[in-house]
Amino acid sequence: MSASSTNAHGSVKSYVTGLVLSLILTIIPFAVVMSGAFSVLATVIVITVTAVLQILVQLVMFMHMSTKADEGWNMMSFVFTLTILVLVVGGSLWIMQHLHLNMMIG
Amino acid sequence: MATDTLHHGAAAEPHEHHDASGTKLFGFWVYLMSDLVIFGSLFATYAVLMRGTAGGPTGADIFELPLILFGTFALLISSFTFGMGVLAMHANRVGQVKVWLVITFLLGLCFLGMEIYEFQHLIHEGFGPDRSGFLSAFFTLVGTHGLHVMFGMIWILVMLVQLSTKGLNDMTRPRILCLSLFWHFLDIVWICVFSFVYLMGVL
Repeated sequence: MSASSTNAHGSVKSYVTGLVLSLILTIIPFAVVMSGAFSVLATVIVITVTAVLQILVQLVMFMHMSTKADEGWNMMSFVFTLTILVLVVGGSLWIMQHLHLNMMIG
Repeated sequence: MATDTLHHGAAAEPHEHHDASGTKLFGFWVYLMSDLVIFGSLFATYAVLMRGTAGGPTGADIFELPLILFGTFALLISSFTFGMGVLAMHANRVGQVKVWLVITFLLGLCFLGMEIYEFQHLIHEGFGPDRSGFLSAFFTLVGTHGLHVMFGMIWILVMLVQLSTKGLNDMTRPRILCLSLFWHFLDIVWICVFSFVYLMGVL
């Protein structure tokens, strides 16, 4: 427990790294959107990629999620939740898109 | 995990508290995962209703990005200050933990102030949740997150009181760790909100 606790709780350095990374990953998408320099597709890609990276930074640097913590159950439950999220969000959009097309509303 | 604690609890006395707090933290993690599903369904609702503006304003008309950027910075930095508080807790410095918690609370207040200002401004303009499907979904999603932040802040206040009366012990430590998970979790949800609601909304 004591051997893993130093890793599990992070250090000043890891928190500062996490903060700097997340600030950079926030400024990039805001700058791209506010300047309007790129095409819509490129902007959407930039927003999505920086969002995913920033979520990973938060999970690893701040929440210390790893395959080792709690014998991997932390990670396992997260992956399970992600599966549910993909089903809920993806499924809703898919079904409603079809409904929208078939009903010809709006 | 629970059986582990039961089996080893009596045998390995010094580790008993660690295992108990580990189980507590994992339980809280599972709660956070279920909360994530709630937010996921709110995101799905928003994504479906996004174009249902009913002749009202679209995201591009009403979102003020500089304001959102300010709130985002407040929340990101508060996540960091809470992390510093947890480090101070592991170093057994109660005073420092309290200072970091107060800073985190104030940053949370900045964020909440930004959100209340935005909501009040929108409702004043006549763009309340009753205006369109898009605004209903928007207010529900962003409001649910704001409500979580508010409860997190109440929890911070409770912990400040408990740290003053009880100090750092086996009861308060896991609570602060759970609260830190909760606070970082809200940060993650907000990353999704500003990316997919605000930034993509103004495109």
